[in-house]
Amino acid sequence: MLCYAILVIPLVAGALAGVVPWRRAVGWMTALANAGVLCLGVALAIETDHRPPLGALDGALRADALSAFMVIVIGTIALLAAVQAIRYLDAEIAGGRSSTRHASLYCVLVQVFVTCMLAAVLSANLGGLWAAVEATTIATTFLVGHRRTDGALEASWKYVLICSVGIALAFLGTVFVYFAALHVPGHATGASVLDWTSLMAASHHLNPTVMRLAMALLVLGYGTKVGLAPMHSWLPDAHSQAPAPVSALMSGVLLTVAFYALLRFKAIADGALGPDYVRTLLVIVGLASLLVAASLLLTQRDYKRMLAYHSIEHMGLIALGAAAGTTLAIAAVLLHILGHGLAKAVLFLASGEILLVEGTSEIEKVPALLSRRPVLGGIFGFGLVALLGLPPFSLFVSELNMFRAELDVGLGWVAGVSLLLMAVIFAAVMTHGRHLLLGAAGADKSAATPRIVAIPLVGGLVACAVFGLSAWPLQSLLYAAAHVVAR
Amino acid sequence: MSAGTELDLVELTAGVVLACAVVTLWRRDLRALVAVLALQGVALAALAAVLALHTGDVGLGVVAGVVLLAKGLVIPNLLARVVRRDPGSRETTPLVNVPASLVAAAGLVIVAYLSAGRLTSLFPSPVTRLAPLGLATVLVGFFVLVTRRKAVSQIVGLLLVDNGVALVAFLLTAGVPLLVELGASFDVLLVVVVLQVLATSMRARFGHVDLDQLRELHD
Repeated sequence: MLCYAILVIPLVAGALAGVVPWRRAVGWMTALANAGVLCLGVALAIETDHRPPLGALDGALRADALSAFMVIVIGTIALLAAVQAIRYLDAEIAGGRSSTRHASLYCVLVQVFVTCMLAAVLSANLGGLWAAVEATTIATTFLVGHRRTDGALEASWKYVLICSVGIALAFLGTVFVYFAALHVPGHATGASVLDWTSLMAASHHLNPTVMRLAMALLVLGYGTKVGLAPMHSWLPDAHSQAPAPVSALMSGVLLTVAFYALLRFKAIADGALGPDYVRTLLVIVGLASLLVAASLLLTQRDYKRMLAYHSIEHMGLIALGAAAGTTLAIAAVLLHILGHGLAKAVLFLASGEILLVEGTSEIEKVPALLSRRPVLGGIFGFGLVALLGLPPFSLFVSELNMFRAELDVGLGWVAGVSLLLMAVIFAAVMTHGRHLLLGAAGADKSAATPRIVAIPLVGGLVACAVFGLSAWPLQSLLYAAAHVVAR
Repeated sequence: MSAGTELDLVELTAGVVLACAVVTLWRRDLRALVAVLALQGVALAALAAVLALHTGDVGLGVVAGVVLLAKGLVIPNLLARVVRRDPGSRETTPLVNVPASLVAAAGLVIVAYLSAGRLTSLFPSPVTRLAPLGLATVLVGFFVLVTRRKAVSQIVGLLLVDNGVALVAFLLTAGVPLLVELGASFDVLLVVVVLQVLATSMRARFGHVDLDQLRELHD
């Protein structure tokens, strides 16, 4: 029942937004629907805590603690993005860049997008998970191109082409897993062969040679959607060209929903291969992503692209945490998924507001934000502090725990190299951030930041800080969820 | 049909799928590319149909029909629409010229046999033995994606990758479960629709669909 409701509510809101002509109330309605998803996610977490997973729809849907956690993350970011979408669409229509019909289309596509992500984390079948992740690409293509500029068009082309190729590789990997499962004597047959529960039960009997090839393809394929090097090249373009609320959703949750798929497959492959093989793969792509992010952040001149490269860095860190693979590591990875989602969503949404009032996304042309627009500048500043992994924000705690877990399993050198690369990234972002926030203010005094922007974003930052100071509301959920896929 | 004829047909259709992939490297006329792609879709559907007859699997028969409709008919038609706006268009400047591309294709087929050979020798059967053909198609698709710069050629590259994956799935496992397969076909169809719309708006906006000339986004 809960699983149904979680999928139906955002979809109904999307359908309503398609029928009723755009006005602010429609925007609030979608925000309310996403708030509902968040509440149901919390209910799901309570329902699945230390109890058997929930099923629905003839076993097509399945929710355990990990799914519940992901639903909460998706609901939170979708709520923030929906409130900011009201501001974005209002401004686009007022500026003559968009029509009410175009705004309705935006709302419908965003709700379909959110539903696809929810379907991905609630799917019992790994083939269904694949189809849902692929569907997110289709739903987001026109959202990336929503501003209808040359750059947006080019970015959507690159996005849909590269991600479709990646996801085709993930499909090939899934086919190999299916092939391995078919050759396990006494294994389930028919559609349930790819069910997570039956694959986990059979994981020790899956043929190792087939699984090695499958996992290489899955890491490369889903890694494309996660934005891990070497298939990351679509990410900076898509995230910088998309409207801010869409960037927030894509960077804040879509990347980690794809990573959720990798976590599931990793648990199966660890049973068949032992931990070392997938660990090696994840260490390679994780360190490569950090290297790419560090080298390209140094020369960044556009603040939205800066945030996009920062996502590549954090996905790299998450991959390294997952490589460690202990319960502590996965719990830290999940906390990092939530913390990064919150901080990155706040920053992208704030950057959308900066773009709106300043008219440019070049760092050079937006100096001294803190003195000219204290509230907006403050939000952006604190967001950067959170994202750089400084206390009191939760990313500090999760990064610390991921490093601890890496040391525990003998990946100390990985932790060392990643700290070094993070120091480079820290310096680069601080330089850009200092220019953006401090410096000499010009004469122009501008209007205050509207409350519809300020309140949700401050709320997001406060949540991120609360989870950093004390993980109590989440502790039990994080460990229950980590236990699902950790060794 | 005797088992021998069926195996011959499977071998023939799987071979046609790979041959079509290689031909896309040779032809530079975009209309010819679309026709070759349609042929590849039909061959893939025929292969699924033969396997369905052999195993008596109704679901696989349905899949064969869907593949024929989507990959043999609808998708080539969508692509033909993009090409028609631009008659006589050719892939003028591939990054690698045709003879070199064909040599590369031969290399890719060898790579496919080397990497998948070990896999199929684990569970030997006359049908799984052909799986390297699918993998080779995937690799040739990658090669097209990397070296061709026209929007249509890139869509063709993506579809080659996709058809190659489908071929591997049919040969190794007689297709993934029906619902997943249908979901996959539907997704591919939507992706092509999306790409077609994007290509059309690129033509409207830039007056060409040559991706080398898009230089808005870079670092």
